[in-house]
Amino acid sequence: MSSNAAELRDLYQELILDHGRTPRNRRKPADANREALGHNPMCGDKMTIYLKLGEHDGLIEDVAFEGQGCAISTASASMMTEILKGKTAAQAQEIFDYFHTLCTTDDATPPKDLNEDDLDRLDALSGVRQFPIRVKCATLAWHAMQAALCPAGMRQNEVNSESDERT
Amino acid sequence: MTLFACATPKSFDAEKYRTDFPALHQNINGVPLVFLDNAASAQKPRQVLETLTRLYSNNYANIHRGVYTLSQRATDAFERARETVRRFINAKSSDEIVFTRGATESINLVAHSWGRTFLKNGDEVVITELEHHANIVPWQMLEKEIGIVLKPVRIEDNGDVKIESVKAAISQHTKLISVAHVSNALGTILPVEAIIAEAKSKNIPVLLDGCQAISHLPVDVQALGCDFYVFSSHKLYGPTGVGVLWGKKEILNKMPPYQTGGDMIEVVSFKGTTFKNAPGRFEAGTPAIAEVVGLGSAIEYVSTIGLSRIAEYENELLEYATSQLSKINSLRIIGTAPNKASIISFVMENAHPHDIGTILDGSGIAVRAGHHCAQPLMDRLGVPATTRASFAFYNTFAEVDALVAGIKKVQEIFG
Ligand SMILES: Cc1ncc(COP(=O)(O)O)c(C=O)c1O
Repeated sequence: MSSNAAELRDLYQELILDHGRTPRNRRKPADANREALGHNPMCGDKMTIYLKLGEHDGLIEDVAFEGQGCAISTASASMMTEILKGKTAAQAQEIFDYFHTLCTTDDATPPKDLNEDDLDRLDALSGVRQFPIRVKCATLAWHAMQAALCPAGMRQNEVNSESDERT
Repeated sequence: MTLFACATPKSFDAEKYRTDFPALHQNINGVPLVFLDNAASAQKPRQVLETLTRLYSNNYANIHRGVYTLSQRATDAFERARETVRRFINAKSSDEIVFTRGATESINLVAHSWGRTFLKNGDEVVITELEHHANIVPWQMLEKEIGIVLKPVRIEDNGDVKIESVKAAISQHTKLISVAHVSNALGTILPVEAIIAEAKSKNIPVLLDGCQAISHLPVDVQALGCDFYVFSSHKLYGPTGVGVLWGKKEILNKMPPYQTGGDMIEVVSFKGTTFKNAPGRFEAGTPAIAEVVGLGSAIEYVSTIGLSRIAEYENELLEYATSQLSKINSLRIIGTAPNKASIISFVMENAHPHDIGTILDGSGIAVRAGHHCAQPLMDRLGVPATTRASFAFYNTFAEVDALVAGIKKVQEIFG
């Protein structure tokens, strides 16, 4: 098998295809108190992220998304919702920082409190490393999530993942 | 891979022309490159590359200024290219050929110079729903600036543009019709003859965006009877950084300069400045000298093959590819107008264009995935994006088979 075939298989592994086909938490929660739209200008894909953030503890009580995208952006959004539920806003930011580094560089250190399942999910998504132009697909939902976390007033309602590329 | 020998036309030797294109002979991801993104930009024949090298090696200096031999040679080569372009599109005079940086700049030039001079609040500019952003946004700027109104012609669900729909969009306020000759996203060839006839009967000038037509069809601007025609060199096997604006001399000379500076003036004094006539008045500063000469060389190259023969062969490729792709169940071709150039956009049931593009690249196949700089068209057709295979005369029937095989791999992964 050529190295590209192996990379392709790595990118489109079963976990990704499964989340791409049947995304989890693709819905609009009635009690969401934060939202932001992510836009990938390369393909025109749009994705809205909804958060229900605890009033005082900053805990992410619910996270969901709506929108259509490629297998990578959809799987990433779906897995992100699974990873972030029950985490704090600060943890979410830390996890995104780790994931971003994982996709774009060779040395990333995971946050200490991340469990095995979450690490596996992020690892599966990081197959985009071999496809620099696709990094923006994998990070789209995360950028929108980050924007949604920003306090009102500082929040951009629409963000994009344009600048994300593996260097 | 099966070769469909019977389907290969004997009259056109694509294999022979391929040998002129160095970039086509390389492996991508371990397999031979199959380049099917010609609508975005075409590869360059060695004749063009050699022209660039020769110019820079032997005949290069700034143009229109030096009294010395080298500058004269560069100027001659540059102006010869202008004459080559004139002949290629059968313009009346080479003074009507303005060199720009590309089709985008050509349209911006017309919008900025002609538009701001001759359009006023409430005037309407008719375009279509399938335009490239380059033929939408410059006019939108005038909507903001002077209050013109942009009127997009409704297209059919199959991507066709009906003359009746164009007529319906025209009103007594219509002051310009600016439409694609061929759609970059769908391949539709627009009924430009009928559109121009209708426009003439109402004294409305017509701009044709010929970016996609220029490499696929013979173009004769006098026979067409339009007022402006624009295209880019890089889609016509020439260098990047050069475009053409053709306009009727009477109109061009009534238009104020777009940019100002050196090489476009007659007399400059602090009391005032007078400008050259077209094309000089629109060519401020040092142009892309070598690239213009390279465009001339590209035109000579395609002219020796002949645009009619190219069109005929590409049409056979289009028919073959359309029939092969139509056999794939989960695939739907977007844009099935009866009159098309060799561009096929498609979507697949379970796979997003991006994923298709990535997987095809794994088989060495270069296609475009996305909105093709035509977001309003994607909205109109209700798809976020498409995958697009666009064929040139150097593509072969075997490459169509490779595309089909690549799509089978997409199906294996996505079902
Ligand atoms: C129909 C059409 N119009 C305009 C353009 C813009 O051309 P350029 O980017 O060379 O200025 C393109 C190229 O993508 C096109 O296909």
